[in-house]
Amino acid sequence: MHTKGILINGLKKRYGKGETAVDALRGVDMRVAPGEVVGLIGPSGSGKSTLLKCLGAVIEPTAGRMMLGEDIIYDDGWKIPDLRALRRDKIGFVFQAPYLIPFLDVTDNVALLPMLAGRPNNEARQRALELLKALDVAHRARAMPSHLSGGEQQRVAIARALVNRPPVILADEPTAPLDSERALAVIRILNQMARQYETAVIVVTHDEKIVPTFRRIYHIRDGRTHEEAGEGRSFE
Amino acid sequence: MISLAGRDIMHAWGKFVFTGIGLGLLIGVTLTMAGVYRGMVDDAKALLDNSGADLWVAQKDTLGPYAESSSVYDDAYRGILGMQGVERAANVTYLTMQVRRGETDVRAMVVGVVPGGPGEPGQPGYLVAGRRITHGHYETVADIATGFRLGDSVRIRRNIFTVVGLTRRMVSSSGDPMVFIPLKDAQEAQFLKDNDAIIQQRRRTAGNPAFNSPSSPGLLEALNASQSANPYVNAVLVQIKPGYAPEDVAEPIRRWKRLQVYTRAEMEKILVGKLIATSARQIGMFLVILALVSAAIVAFIIYTLTLGKVREIAVLKLIGTRNRTIAFMILQQAVGLGVIGFVVGKIAATFWAPIFPKYVLLEPGDALRGFAAVVVICVLASVLAIRAALKVDPAEAIGG
Repeated sequence: MHTKGILINGLKKRYGKGETAVDALRGVDMRVAPGEVVGLIGPSGSGKSTLLKCLGAVIEPTAGRMMLGEDIIYDDGWKIPDLRALRRDKIGFVFQAPYLIPFLDVTDNVALLPMLAGRPNNEARQRALELLKALDVAHRARAMPSHLSGGEQQRVAIARALVNRPPVILADEPTAPLDSERALAVIRILNQMARQYETAVIVVTHDEKIVPTFRRIYHIRDGRTHEEAGEGRSFE
Repeated sequence: MISLAGRDIMHAWGKFVFTGIGLGLLIGVTLTMAGVYRGMVDDAKALLDNSGADLWVAQKDTLGPYAESSSVYDDAYRGILGMQGVERAANVTYLTMQVRRGETDVRAMVVGVVPGGPGEPGQPGYLVAGRRITHGHYETVADIATGFRLGDSVRIRRNIFTVVGLTRRMVSSSGDPMVFIPLKDAQEAQFLKDNDAIIQQRRRTAGNPAFNSPSSPGLLEALNASQSANPYVNAVLVQIKPGYAPEDVAEPIRRWKRLQVYTRAEMEKILVGKLIATSARQIGMFLVILALVSAAIVAFIIYTLTLGKVREIAVLKLIGTRNRTIAFMILQQAVGLGVIGFVVGKIAATFWAPIFPKYVLLEPGDALRGFAAVVVICVLASVLAIRAALKVDPAEAIGG
């Protein structure tokens, strides 16, 4: 079966062995279409971060199946030999804090990914500038991250996540440090970019301000997800 | 691909530059220590070069006039002059002592030479001021490192000498400047006792009935006269005729005069291999310790800097940066720190070397070897930090 976006079936993750084993994921099912932004909500210890790490190919699930874009990346074992390249080319990450590289300016923070993928510097910077323009931070292109506001930093982080045109973006509490206005602005940008670049976006959040903006929400509790329709409230 | 290490260094340049300066001063000390050793070797070679000799004739079974005490009769040179292949031969004495000028004194090697012209064995090679010793007594030519000036009066034992000439780079194997005086004065200076000691000695001799017997008139006077004369020199310096091999001339002197003869190569071996060997080992130990301290400092700094970037490294790994790119970044920073340190150290050593009281010779070859050592040390020192960086889990960038 081939699909775009994200498709997860029966994903399980067990930490430890024997009596001390903990089942963090007990059979997660999830589907996010290209251009769609879904919320992933759950209390602490519910398995959100574990799910994100499995999807981000930084920890190996115990069982199940995952598809990113058109590729089966996990089917009771990794199907992609180079997980590093997978993360670089197929997955965009947006973190709770922007985690920009402090010694690179805004343009190079964004251009670093295509450069790592072997693109020429000029082409990588050109692509970064286009995204920075789309995210309305092109005027800070030469600035260092420490000179940006929190909202600007988060927009640069989104540009970095998008620069290699990945089919999937994983956003881990991207609005946590922002006030309501800036938090909604970030979600609006993620929606715009998801539509523009046909990217499937999963937003892990506790943020009550942004929960009403999702059309679909996955609740996760005790390592299992269930889906419900969101309000899909307008940003205006 | 942009240079991550270069950008990081430029971003935190103050930290790198100040750390580099600290490291550089340490490297400067290391280069200076090597320079001190080179200076000692050069001083030893200068001593041999400046003596103008091809052969050194010394007391049998000694290591020559510089390494051991040596006494040769001062008429031995006449016999040596008659040997085949000998062009010139001259007596010489060496005595390291404090030479007084007014209220101050200077440690110097007092060289007793037969007054003569340039090119003769034992004579200073050239003068930078004044003239050579022309009188048989109480004139001196001094190395400018003594601080003496023309016309100064200096005291050696009981006698006052006038500085008539100044020379340069005439030093002993331990770097003490030379003071040349007439041979007769030098022989007297080596063995001359103070007046009280002479009176005491004469009284003891006169009290011995074997020397002061009425049946042997004149014996006591003859004995006293022989006790106040010094017929010895430390060595005879020999120049050989063109076309003769040093060993071919040396062998008959050894055989027929029953004296020790060293060629230039043998003397160099004694001076460098024996006289300054302990100092060289001492300096070698310092170099090893300084290298270890430098390595520890670089390792500590790079490790600390790396630990301060754990989150950035986790993000870099998460977004697909290869381990070798991260390792290379840390390696470049360590080497960069070493290069800054080396440049600072080389400049510092060049500036402070002339201030040292003894000769410090900074050779370009040593600088190149030092640079290679710094690079190797930095590479090794970065291993700890690279290990720490490679252990960083990309999952650390994701919360939870």
